[in-house]
Amino acid sequence: MMEQKTKIMAEDGKQELTITREFELPLELLFKAYVEPEIVEQWMGTKVLKLENKKHGSYQFETTDPKGNKHGFNGTIHEFVQNNKITRTFEMENTSFAVQLEFLQFEKLTDSTSRLTMHVIYKSVALRDQMLELPFAQGINMAHNRIQDILKQLK
Amino acid sequence: MNLRRDVFQAIADPTRRAILLLLASQSMTAGAIASNFDTARPTVSRHLQILTECELLKQEQNGREIYYHINAKKMKEVSDFIEAFRNMWDERFNKLEAIMKKYKSDK
Repeated sequence: MMEQKTKIMAEDGKQELTITREFELPLELLFKAYVEPEIVEQWMGTKVLKLENKKHGSYQFETTDPKGNKHGFNGTIHEFVQNNKITRTFEMENTSFAVQLEFLQFEKLTDSTSRLTMHVIYKSVALRDQMLELPFAQGINMAHNRIQDILKQLK
Repeated sequence: MNLRRDVFQAIADPTRRAILLLLASQSMTAGAIASNFDTARPTVSRHLQILTECELLKQEQNGREIYYHINAKKMKEVSDFIEAFRNMWDERFNKLEAIMKKYKSDK
């Protein structure tokens, strides 16, 4: 089995979680992936409408789902230290999810490897648990849709 | 505590996750489940056994057939489903890494 590179720490009953990932990339390249709009667009699979990498700056992303619906994301940058850290908020527009606070810490491990630690704080324990469940729920929905599609073809 | 870890180990396996997804909308016999996989039938049976042992699946006798269905209560207990969340981030970061490795070699 492949080693799990991304680690999630989410203790029961807490309204926060930590995502840690070690990259086979020098620190500068890892940080660049968060800063250059055209690179962010590629790996996040989103359109970058605005990305101001500075204190008091803000960002705005827009994603189009397979059905053509547009989903907006935005946030404010609170701290921006080159090759070191980004502190920002993250909000999904037109949803019932409350804004979350994200502390991104970038560290050099060796000349060719680096680590990202993402500490995310949610409005409540329930909201954090809901966000944790989201990808699983979407997986169930996708499987359900696939089954529906197959059933439709059989008709 | 141990049981909880077992549940997470159970859903960490991609085939077992696929089985759970397959059963999300209907009950199925072991044969019908196995026909969805290229894996050998005994392997699928073993996965079904593990999922049943940690109570994610329930068996129900219907005539001569045994049907498997999801134990919704237990699935709800695995309230955080951390594995799917981790996979989502892992895939995203793998993409980042691949793009930046290419970026480096293009320069």
